[in-house]
Amino acid sequence: MTSAQLEIQMILSLVAVACAIPGVFLVLRKMALISDAISHSILPGIVLGFFITQDLASPLLILMATLTGVLTVVLVEYIQKTGLVKEDTAIGLVFPSLFSLGVILIARNAGDVHLDVDAVLLGEVAFAPFDRWTYQGIDLGPKSLWMIGSILLVSISLLFLFFKELKIATFDAGLAASLGFTPVGIHYGLMTVSSVTTVGAFDAIGAILVVAFMIVPAACVYLLTNNLKKMLIYAALLSVLASITGYWIAHFLDASIAGTIATVLGLVFFIIYLFAPNKGYISQWYKTKQQKVEVAMLVFMLHLANHDEEKERNKNHLQEHINWSPRLAKKVLKLAFQNNMIVEQHHIISLTKKGVDFTNKALSYISDNKNSELEGMKQNFFLFRG
Amino acid sequence: MEAKIAIAIDDLTVAYNYKPVLWDIDLQIPEGVLMAIVGPNGAGKSTLLKSILDIIKPLAGSVTVYGKPYKKQRDLVAYVPQKGSVDWDFPTTALDVVMMGTYGALGWIKRPGSAQKKQALEALEKVGMLSFQNRQISQLSGGQQQRIFLARALVQNAAIYFMDEPFQGVDATTEKAIIQILKELRKAGKTVIVVHHDLQTVPEYFDWVTFLNVKKIATGPVADIFNDDNLTKTYGINYKASIAEGTL
Repeated sequence: MTSAQLEIQMILSLVAVACAIPGVFLVLRKMALISDAISHSILPGIVLGFFITQDLASPLLILMATLTGVLTVVLVEYIQKTGLVKEDTAIGLVFPSLFSLGVILIARNAGDVHLDVDAVLLGEVAFAPFDRWTYQGIDLGPKSLWMIGSILLVSISLLFLFFKELKIATFDAGLAASLGFTPVGIHYGLMTVSSVTTVGAFDAIGAILVVAFMIVPAACVYLLTNNLKKMLIYAALLSVLASITGYWIAHFLDASIAGTIATVLGLVFFIIYLFAPNKGYISQWYKTKQQKVEVAMLVFMLHLANHDEEKERNKNHLQEHINWSPRLAKKVLKLAFQNNMIVEQHHIISLTKKGVDFTNKALSYISDNKNSELEGMKQNFFLFRG
Repeated sequence: MEAKIAIAIDDLTVAYNYKPVLWDIDLQIPEGVLMAIVGPNGAGKSTLLKSILDIIKPLAGSVTVYGKPYKKQRDLVAYVPQKGSVDWDFPTTALDVVMMGTYGALGWIKRPGSAQKKQALEALEKVGMLSFQNRQISQLSGGQQQRIFLARALVQNAAIYFMDEPFQGVDATTEKAIIQILKELRKAGKTVIVVHHDLQTVPEYFDWVTFLNVKKIATGPVADIFNDDNLTKTYGINYKASIAEGTL
């Protein structure tokens, strides 16, 4: 591995973590689309800043582009507040206008500036090691590394300082306001951090893919954990891992680095979506299936409780009486036997004491939704987990 | 003996997009009452709470809490928003939500520690939810979620409690448990103000009532003013039919 390769991977990892942090809060606030809007509409800010400074890592450029990002949010909210259009429409109105303004600015001055539309869309992290900072002849490393490193440092510090405030304002803005934590201020703080991060990441990964870096890791970990701190840590780890994997795949395929990383992120999400332990598709599918059998078992047990006559309780004639397919009937019997709910004697099925108990509790749960006595039952049955 | 005034509202007008939702409200809430705010849908009940709590800026008028603006009296007030106003899929536990009640006293930046955790656990015990402390909040029933919200308010150890429809979507046992706790709060000299929509339980649960429908219709002891006259003024002539239909 050459030092340029190492530097590229370091830049990508820092970008990944810097994007994942605000991304988690954007996803929890149901504002994922706003990151898309910001990443596109900062373009005119970047272009104008570039005309003035001729340097993508200049603080003035970052400031101008960040202001454009915050302006986007303000415009979207302003249009939305008129009540004439909904939020998604407002987003769709604002960012293409600003983005295309940036594209026109680039096209009009293409001859004079070193900035083209391809780079804007996909980034040029491969060239990042060539643009270096030197101080009195000493090489300090790539400018992008310094820039995104500083942005990450600031956003991690803010996260540590204001974690509690971010959490309460995201979960319950009403309470946050009544306690004096100005959720509007926290909202704009988050929007500013998102904008700065987007500007910092823009040079490396381009406008389109910033969204993937912000949203995909957060969406992945949302399916994996129920703990906000873990969400943040996992999202950071996952996006670093995807970035480095994506980098090497791109290296061997000779493909766009940022594009490959976004593809890897997409695949990771798909795998987690399928296999996540509790919220994943397969786990949900299994849960629904089990619930169906459990409901059927309950129906069956009610049937047993309601009928003393033996012909209604004969194992071989059950299908006729409750009109089930042989497969379902078999599954229900198996589940009931496994849980010692029923006993069989000469093909006649009866409820055990546990079975009678269970039926009564389940009935009272269904009729008055009283939950307290069901805690023991939740362990074994999906039915009572709400 | 005249009781102290906990909340004084003076000529309060609130508007959304210049359409008045509350119109020229004058209201004085004495200390130590357990008060229901009743009125039809869209009467501005939640808005009244939110403007007292400085969540919504009024178009005109003022609110004072024990004679001072709310901003200076935050630590005297606890607020339980409507259960439906938050996302219960948020990645957090019952204990963590209750801990949020301590954030106000902590102020900016400072983090909750073991003292705050102890307060939160005590509050969880009071509402009978101690064994659920580590439960993910989406795994709680509606009644349990409301108990968690109540515990969060108890942690604030306030003088005045505001609750927005605490009985909505909860089971009968939880409703009894909540009203029991509210009555205990009143016994301890606290003021409790509840947005309520079940008119039938007003005389049983509350000792003070405010009728609201954009304007203030009446306010005072339940025994004196909870009558047909005020109900008709608030809900219109068909309020009895509406109660029978269950639409109120």
